[in-house]
Parts: sequence; structure tokens; C-alpha cells
Amino acid sequence: MSTTVKARRFPLPSSLEVIAGTERAQAAYPYYMQFTAEDDERFWFYNSMHFPAPMCLFDTITAEAAYCALGAANTRVHCLPTTLGIDYRIINGRIYIGGNGVTDPAEIARRTEEFKQRAFYYYGNWERLFAHWKDKMMALIRDAQRLPKVEIPELEPLEHVYAGRGVASNHYLLDIYQKTLEGYYRMWQYHFEFLLLGYGAYLTFFDFCKKAFPEISDQTVARMVAGMQAEIFRPDDELRRLARRAIELGVDDKIREGSSPGEIIKSLEQLGDPGKAWLKELAVSRDPWFNINVGDGFYHYHRSWNDDLSMPFAALPGYIANAKAGQRLERPIEKLMAERKKLIEDYRELLNTDEDRAAYDQMIGLAHRVFPYVEGHKFYCEHWYTNLFFNKIREFGVLLSAHGFFPDQEDVFHLTHFEVEAAIVDLMTSWSNGSPPRGPSRWPPIVEERKAAIAEWTKHDTAPALGPVPDIIDDPAIVMLWGITREGLDAWLTAGDQPDSNEIKGFAASRGVAEGVARVVKSVDEIGRLRQGDILVCQVTNPTWAPIFQKIAAAVSDIGGSMSHAAIVAREFGLPAVVGTGTATQKIKDGQRVRVDGGRGVVTILG
Amino acid sequence: MRSSQNLSSLADITLADRFAVGGKGGSLGELTRAGIAVPPGFVVRTGAFERFLAMLEIEKTIRSRVESLCQNQTDEDELDAITALSERVRARFENVALPQDLQSEILGAHAELCGDRLDWPLAVRSSATTEDAEDASFAGLQDTYLWVMGAEATLKYVRSCWASLYSVASIAYRRKHRMREDGVAMAVVVQQMVDARTAGVMFTRSPLTGDRSVITIEATWGLGSAVVSGEVTPDRFVIAKITGEISVRDISDKHVQHLPAPSGGVDEVETPDEMRRVPSVSDDELAALRDIGRKVERHYGRPQDIEWAIDRNGKILLLQSRPETVWSAKAVNPVARPAESPVSHVMNIFGGRR
Repeated sequence: MSTTVKARRFPLPSSLEVIAGTERAQAAYPYYMQFTAEDDERFWFYNSMHFPAPMCLFDTITAEAAYCALGAANTRVHCLPTTLGIDYRIINGRIYIGGNGVTDPAEIARRTEEFKQRAFYYYGNWERLFAHWKDKMMALIRDAQRLPKVEIPELEPLEHVYAGRGVASNHYLLDIYQKTLEGYYRMWQYHFEFLLLGYGAYLTFFDFCKKAFPEISDQTVARMVAGMQAEIFRPDDELRRLARRAIELGVDDKIREGSSPGEIIKSLEQLGDPGKAWLKELAVSRDPWFNINVGDGFYHYHRSWNDDLSMPFAALPGYIANAKAGQRLERPIEKLMAERKKLIEDYRELLNTDEDRAAYDQMIGLAHRVFPYVEGHKFYCEHWYTNLFFNKIREFGVLLSAHGFFPDQEDVFHLTHFEVEAAIVDLMTSWSNGSPPRGPSRWPPIVEERKAAIAEWTKHDTAPALGPVPDIIDDPAIVMLWGITREGLDAWLTAGDQPDSNEIKGFAASRGVAEGVARVVKSVDEIGRLRQGDILVCQVTNPTWAPIFQKIAAAVSDIGGSMSHAAIVAREFGLPAVVGTGTATQKIKDGQRVRVDGGRGVVTILG
Repeated sequence: MRSSQNLSSLADITLADRFAVGGKGGSLGELTRAGIAVPPGFVVRTGAFERFLAMLEIEKTIRSRVESLCQNQTDEDELDAITALSERVRARFENVALPQDLQSEILGAHAELCGDRLDWPLAVRSSATTEDAEDASFAGLQDTYLWVMGAEATLKYVRSCWASLYSVASIAYRRKHRMREDGVAMAVVVQQMVDARTAGVMFTRSPLTGDRSVITIEATWGLGSAVVSGEVTPDRFVIAKITGEISVRDISDKHVQHLPAPSGGVDEVETPDEMRRVPSVSDDELAALRDIGRKVERHYGRPQDIEWAIDRNGKILLLQSRPETVWSAKAVNPVARPAESPVSHVMNIFGGRR
């Protein structure tokens, strides 16, 4: 079987065609993201975990900033012995990535020595460096919050003149824009400062467990390592708190399903003191915990709860009902921690030798030290900071659309970040010399064309991988972050062999069996279609969708490992989950009945 | 029931008695005393066997005859000689009258075990003992009789169990391993039969990888003999010992099942269509089996190979537990050793494939 698999390969990049009519939109992506003929020699996979939908031109900055930072940390800062960074390409709006392995033994040896001097220092001083990281990250957030509002007056205000500022407002447009970009690129540097080292320490323990207990499930190892109090859980915890407070204050009957957040807030304001008291609690939760977006932070339209209260408000009635039914709302942290401790002890007891037990203690100890970063960074980076970033760009959208560059403020995201800068310079020039800006005659048709391209690309599926299949996948970054293994690729390759098979296999992420109607959700806008008891089928299950987990019966995803936050949340809610199926969103049709067996990692299409 | 030189109640036996009650009897007694549900019964001790064996020996002892086999003979002659001796000895076991006192003791214990229903079905099971008593390799060489009804049949099958110690296969096995005949004796377990809805085996580690963190369960409809004999491909489950998560759930086509025959013994019957592909154990039962497996393993301090049954009322009973031998016999090398600095373990991940 493995020989037939080896002979097979994924389509070559050069065989992918840009969908007819979208060629100009494709060409607008920066040149360094376009596939070239040499790329046929290499293996690529579609990063549907982070980029499940076609990327608007501006949003590709996320890929660019992230891979620049990831690669720098791996290649130049910590010097990972066997891998450099990640290359990225885009076609039809889909981002493909490929690792750069190091295979020369002499080079690996040289990098190993470097790695020990650098990475070991980080491990040795983890707590201090992580505390420093939080300070840096908070300073970065404050800097972004302090950036002036994006606006340009007709005439320079008198006080600027009297203060002898000497620099006019048009200059500050460019200044703010460049600082906004600079902050975003910097945030991604911080993001990857610890990440691979953190995952590596976790994977070291994981690897040991798999050798000592060959049949242990991924999710069991994950449960031994996972903390319970990471910041990423806080937004959902805040909702539970607000639900309880609503009952305590006797205002819960105002927070009803079907009412809009605006209506609810208005009715609470009219209610007097108890209503105002609850709104005060809401304000406390919102800053900062509602700075969480409904996606993973990689798309400008993944708005935060603060920007769109409908997601948190949709979840509140469910939590209120649960609390009234006598359920304890707060997660039982102490109990969860005691369970984790017991789990670790019970497995420890099964080890064969005292030497194993001593090594086990060392590895789980290291994993626990690094994990607060692994679990905690997302809130600061992908959510809080990313929301500030996209909202700042949105301010430029407001300004440029007001000056006729395009009809809608959101259209700014259909320009690359270089093009936005050009438009800003155009406006600066126009403001300075009194001539009309050139942009209004240039951008509207281009924006229209690009919008149509995104809509077209969304209709087409894309190959999960491209190019020759590598013999082994020895890149810790690819294995850790994307869960891509040789075995997994073989499964992707053979998936098409049994088109009639009604079984889809993936990672067993959270045990239990559930049957229900599948809702194939291809983007975050479709979350509203989920009904009580539905089975969520998506490209990547997103942890910030946590509030909808109280509604669904099970979750299935194309991409993801058992340590994904989605898997953790599913386990907390006791929902079956199968992740990393590769093809679930393509094979399962919306509305079909499916059975999800989260203990075995199997989804069965029932019809 | 009062235990005597000839008989012991299972409730009075511990593993330390295994030289007098055999490995199976010792283990069942030990389980009973550990509070694990085992069908009630008694053991005809090896002392009774020894007395009867002595009665059968006229000129030369049977044991020395067995030991003198296979001294200087070719394979074929050897087998002929074993077969001839086996037939002679087994015939005597079946025909010579039991001592009167022993016979009445067995009948008394039988009556007590069956209560007001003298044809209560019983299992009559060989329980051999050897000097080293770690005799799992003996498994399957001696006979077991299921669904035995009535006192006469019970007496008959006790003799058959004794005689099975001198079956061709048993003798050949002992000669091959140069075992001393003095150390070999046969006790017989007489137990209430479980009218099994489902039965099977359970290993408290993985037979495939040796992983001690999982429990493997094989199960089928009816009596467990269908699994042990290999006539049915059983349902197979792998359960995490500690978390209870079920990672493998292979439901097979269980085309036949072993069920009690109306006149005693076991029939192989076709499984009704609607049951063939249905799991023969529920998730709750798997969880209960896991608990029992952990308890037994903890009691013995090592992985176990267990036979079990679930009766028509859903009660789980253990029929046997013995130490797992295959993986336990392998040399144990640590997966990893502690490092001077815990951090250096990360090189297993970052250092590349070696």
C-alpha cells in the first residue's frame, strides 16, 4: 500500500490555473507571493488552518508579517537545527506554505550548537523572559491605543501654528499609517519569540508519552499539559459571570434571545439602578476581554465582540438558562486541576522503570512551565492587538472613502498595504497642493473587480497540497503548528480513492459520540445558521466560537491537532470532536445527517 | 460448605494454596476473597487426585512410566509410546471406582452448590499445578466441561479432568520440557455455570504493543468458549485504562454463538441476523469491565489475562485471571533517562531524526 502511495503526488503548482476573469486580482498580490516555475520542485500545503477563505489583498499582511517573524525566530534567533522558516505563496486567494528544511549534517551540527546557546537560555530563564514579554506586549498595545485618530482638517488648527509644531497634519497620516504597520509587524515578532520553543517542550513530552504508551490518545497527553486559566478562556468566562450577575440583579428577563444588543442595552438603561449596575459589569468585561474576535484574527472582517456585541449577546440567554436550571456556570478550575494532577500521577505509575519516571517528571515539568505562553499569547496577539490594528486601518478606510477613493470604508481592505500607503500619499499630496486626489478615478473599478474575484474564488475548492510528497516530514514547526505528518498526507492522497466511502477519518480530539444534522460553515458569517443540536463542520474550529459550543452537538474540522484550542474547548464542554480530517467540508453536504465519534476520530455520513 | 483435605470452597482459597488447588483454583479463590464477583463453587484438591492416582498404580507408578518415555526414541516411536500410555492411563481413570468417602464428599458439595435444583448447570474445569506454578503455558492443554448437569455427570467429568493430565498433548508437552512428573498434579474446579449473554477475554495491557495504559477487550454473544476456541471473530475494544476513553471499537460479524444445549453441554448455533453486527457489550459494561480489570491488576501487581462473562441479568463475573506472560517476559528498557538538565530533552524534537 505504501508503495502505491509513494508513487503518487499532489498537483504541481504550475498546473493550478488562476480562475478565469480573476487574473488581474491575482496579479495584484505582491510579486514575492506568486508561484514560480521553480516552486514545482517543492512540497506545499494549503494553510486552511489559518486562512480558510480567500484572502483580501490587505489581509495578506497577516501571512507576510507572521512568516517573517516565524522564520526569523527559527532561522536566525533560536537557530532551530533542522529547519529554517516558512515560504508562502498565494493563488486564487488561497495561501500555500512550505517549510525550508536543513538536511546537511554539518550544518545541523553547527546550528545545534547555536540552538543550545540560545534556546536553552530561553528555557532556563522562561519565567523572567515571559514576564518581560508581557510588559513589552502591553506597552505595544498602549502605543497602538495612543495613536491619534486618523483625520485631516481643512486648515491646520491655530494651536498647532502657535505651538510652532512645524509639521502639518498630512504628514501625520503617513506617520500613523507607518506606525500602525510597524506595530503589527512587531507584534508578530513577539508572537513567535517563544512559540516554537513552547510547542517544542510540549512535543517533547508528547513524544515520550507516545513511546512509553504507544496507544495513548493525543487528547490524553493534551489534557495532562493544558492549563485551565489561560487568557483565551477569559472572554467566555466573562459571559458566564455576566449571566450570573444578571440573575443576581434580577435583570435576566431583559436579556432575551431574539432581541438585538442595542434593544437589550436600551431596556436595561430604562430599568434604573439594577440595569445600570449590570451595564457597568458589562463595561468591566469589555475592557479588555471583549477584544476577542470571532475568527482567529487573520481576516479584517473577523470583528471583535466589542465591535459587534451580537455574538456575546447571543450566548448570554443560554448561560442564563443553564444557571437557572441549577447548573454551575463557572468552570470548576480546582476540580479540573485536581483531575489533571491525578491523570499525570496515574500514568506515571504505569511507567516501567524509575528512570522513566524521573525523565517523565522532567518533561511534564518543562511542558507546564512553557504552557502559559502557548495558551496565553493568542489573546494579546491574534485578538487584542489585531483588533486594534484592523480598526486603525478601518479609520483610513473611513478617511479615504470620505475623499472618494472608494464607496465604502471596508473597501480599503481590497488594496495591498503598499497600495494603501500610495493612496495616503496621494491624499497627502492633494491636501497639500489643492488639486483633487487621483485615487477616486483609479480605485473604484479595481475594488469592484477584486471583490468579484474573492466571491468567485470562494466558490472553488482548492487542492490540500501541491508538489511531490516528501519522504519524511522532519520539520518540527510543520508538525507542531499544522499537525501535518507523512501518514496524514497519505490519507489525503488516498481520500479520493474511495469516493463512496461514508467514513471520514481525523484526529480524535474529544471523545463521545453524537448524531445530528451537519452545518457546513465555510466562514464566520455563517455561524448564525447553527441550531441547537447541529453538528458544526468547518475548515478550522475556532476557540473564540466557544459560546456556540453550548449549542452544537459535536464539532468536525478539516485542519487542526488535538492541542488546538478548539479541541480543548470541545473537551471542556464534553462535546465529541474530530479535527484534521482534511476533507470534511468537501465531503459532507450541508444538512446531511452525520455521526461523530470523537473517541475514534471517525465521522460517518448517514445520509 | 466446609473445606476438607479433599475439597475446598472457593471462598476459603488464596493464591498461596495453588499447589493444592492448581493455578486456576488458586486464582479464582484469590479473586473471590478480593471481593470480585466469581461464580460460586468448590475445588477437588490435588490431594484427592493423588489418592486416586495411587489406587490406579499397580506394578509401576504411572509417573515413572511417563518419565521413562522419550529417553532414547525417535519422534515417531515417541508419539506411539505416548499415545499407548495415554490411552491405558485414561481408561483406568475413567473406569476405576472412586473411594467411597471422596465420592460422597463431592456429592455433598454438589448438592450444596446446586441448592434446591440438583440439575443446576455447572462448569467442571481442570486446574493443573506444577512445581513452579507459573503455568500459563499449560493453558488449553487440559479439559474443561461446560453446562454439566446432575451429580452423575459432575463425577464423570471430574475424572475426565484428572485424566486429561495424561492426554497425549499434555504428556508430550511435559516430556518436551523435561518436567518432573512429581511436581505435576490436577485439581478440579466445580463452579456454577454462568448463563452468559456475552462473554470474552480482557488483557490489562495491549497485546499488540505491550502498552500498559490500555485494556483490550474481546467479546461475543453467548459463552466465552466461542472466543477462546477461535470460532468467532469477536468484537474488539481498546479502552484507556485511566481515562476510560474507547479508542478502538471493532464490531465484527459474530455469525455463531455457543449456547447451552438442552440436555447438557454446549451447542454452536447461528446468531440471529439482527444481533450479528450489534456490539455484544454496552459502553457501560465496558466501563465496568475496565474497573474490574484495574482492580484485579492492582491486586496482583501485574498485568492480567482475564476471562469474564455477563449473565442474563447483566451481572459481570470473572471466570479466570492469570498473569500476562508474553510482554511481561520481555526485557524492559527505559524509554528515556533523566537528564542532568531537563531542558536537554527537547533535543529529541529539535535535534532531527536520528
